[in-house]
Amino acid sequence: MQLSREALLGAYRRMKVIREFEERLHVEIQTGEIAGFTHLYCGQEAVAVGVCDHLSVDDKIVSTHRGHGHCLAKGCDVNGMMKEIWGSREGLCKGKGGSMHIADLDQGMLGANGIVGAGAPIAVGAAISLKIDGQGKVAITFSGDGACNQGTTFEAMNMAVVTKAPCIFVFENNHYSEHTGFEYSVGTAKDIASRAEAFGMKVWRGDGTDFFSVYETMREVLDYVRAGNGPAAVEFDTERFFGHFEGDPQRYRGKGELERIRETRDCLKRFRESVTGAKLLTDADLDAIDAEVMDTIEAAVEAARAADRPTPQDVLTDVYISY
Amino acid sequence: MARMMYRDAVVSTIAEEMERDPSVVMLGEDIVGGMGTPGGPEAIGGIWSTSTGLFGKFGADRVIDTPISESAIIGAAAGLALSGKRPIAELMFADFIGVSLDQIWNQLAKFRYMFGGKSRCPAVIRMAYGAGYNAAAQHSQSVHQILTGMPGLKVVMPSTPADVKGLLRTAIRDDDPVIFLEHKALYGMKGEVPDDPDFTIPYGHARLARAGQDVTIISSGLLLGFCEAVADKLAAEGIGCDVIDLRTTSPLDEETILDSVEVTGRVVVVDEAPPRCGLAGDICALIANKAFASLKAPPEAVTPPHTPIPFARELESAYLPSADKIEAAVRKTLSWR
Repeated sequence: MQLSREALLGAYRRMKVIREFEERLHVEIQTGEIAGFTHLYCGQEAVAVGVCDHLSVDDKIVSTHRGHGHCLAKGCDVNGMMKEIWGSREGLCKGKGGSMHIADLDQGMLGANGIVGAGAPIAVGAAISLKIDGQGKVAITFSGDGACNQGTTFEAMNMAVVTKAPCIFVFENNHYSEHTGFEYSVGTAKDIASRAEAFGMKVWRGDGTDFFSVYETMREVLDYVRAGNGPAAVEFDTERFFGHFEGDPQRYRGKGELERIRETRDCLKRFRESVTGAKLLTDADLDAIDAEVMDTIEAAVEAARAADRPTPQDVLTDVYISY
Repeated sequence: MARMMYRDAVVSTIAEEMERDPSVVMLGEDIVGGMGTPGGPEAIGGIWSTSTGLFGKFGADRVIDTPISESAIIGAAAGLALSGKRPIAELMFADFIGVSLDQIWNQLAKFRYMFGGKSRCPAVIRMAYGAGYNAAAQHSQSVHQILTGMPGLKVVMPSTPADVKGLLRTAIRDDDPVIFLEHKALYGMKGEVPDDPDFTIPYGHARLARAGQDVTIISSGLLLGFCEAVADKLAAEGIGCDVIDLRTTSPLDEETILDSVEVTGRVVVVDEAPPRCGLAGDICALIANKAFASLKAPPEAVTPPHTPIPFARELESAYLPSADKIEAAVRKTLSWR
């Protein structure tokens, strides 16, 4: 571990913000105050943060329907995110996108996506653009094991190889595409990375529940891609703590599975054990961050509740053809 | 004014805009043509010859030959557009929108609204459409009917080389996604084209191709020429027709349509797309709703029948609206007193 104390505290804080942001959403959704579909990222925080901690604002990411973690890790404002999910006109997308369609171009966040597999070609386009600009920047597409069965993902991988685009395919294998198990849905493939390998890409694999595995793996991947070697792919084995969507009773899970992964595969817990065990940080350091993050999230929820609601006139803004 | 073909207006406009603005890039399958073959790059130059010479001039970074991967082509255009480039993506045949529809419909068209107005998506998607080549059901369709119905897209259908020049330049300079439909039976059409490097045609402004007092004929693309021929024939009989070339189906120039119908009271809408839930019915409904008091006869629609497009010459001829069918529709409106 070569990370400074500040870097470690920062990484933990970002993971904790995602965790608390979503744990709070999970609670608030029960009250009926939040409308629509919400897909929680809890359990996968180490991937979003371990990837995005290497990126500058000029690197681009394209996200998924499970996008809150990617957005927050890439620098989207916590209050703007919360207000958007609350449907406020003060939200990051003025309440027009909601949970599944948050984007913040100023942060290099090119959009969550309601369509599984739709992001990969968009990331390839962004990567081609960055290649033309020649500044060593990269575009990253996050996909789950569900998206790895979409034709768009295959088209995008081939196109990235053909165009030598600095695109990184980050596959977060949380073992479930919606409610269907990975072992069933990917057929005979042993993993996702081997598919990328078949397109001629160099691939890496890492433990997505271990921040340090993600962080160090991504350092190698990024060094390779920023050096102009074309695209690369990386698969992180990870866990999803909640259902596919909020309200999903998760009957497809094994008995005791959730308890087991929460106990042994929780990336925040593993981070804490790892850094305190190595005496890099103390429990008190991390507890202080926990308390600070709770306040941040509480304030974000209060701000979202108090924020302006859209008016009927807002339906007709941000259009370029009116009838 | 230079005299050039419709297809040359496409390629020259792209070249001029790429020259003017380094952020303009082009991508599509076979647009370079011959990549990876013994014949080498530019052995073809695009199957419609609408990109001939661009690779040699602008290089592989800006003229990107892609695999046959329509979703990836349109998706990459979306990513390029969100990252500050002005991509021109070619779909080769309009019929292929089906393969890439998610990227057109759920992605490009929705970004600006869905992201709360904070993104621009300056992408042009060019595609060759239309019947007349005996290319049958999967290579002959008019897709403006589908695309015009999607909020978030501008849809352009040039009928002349000059309109290609002015409308394509507007498309490339536009900050929003534009569907640019080139009729494959018009590629060889010749016409005068303004030399002014800033000659543009704004969207939502129809062109009055013929002026008359008795009947309004509304069309675009290949069939516009048929309408003009009918108007010329009827003029010899003393029947005057306004022939309106829509140029863009979204935005639609309602004002020009309604102004004309208010004078003539009779209207024939001619469209190459199928009849149901289409442009012709849409315009007839507009007129019924906003110019009812001016009407002297029911609005007529001339379209193909509700069938896939057939292959054999005789069948395709029977399928497509013809000058005779348009003339019959005009005379039918005149039969009402």
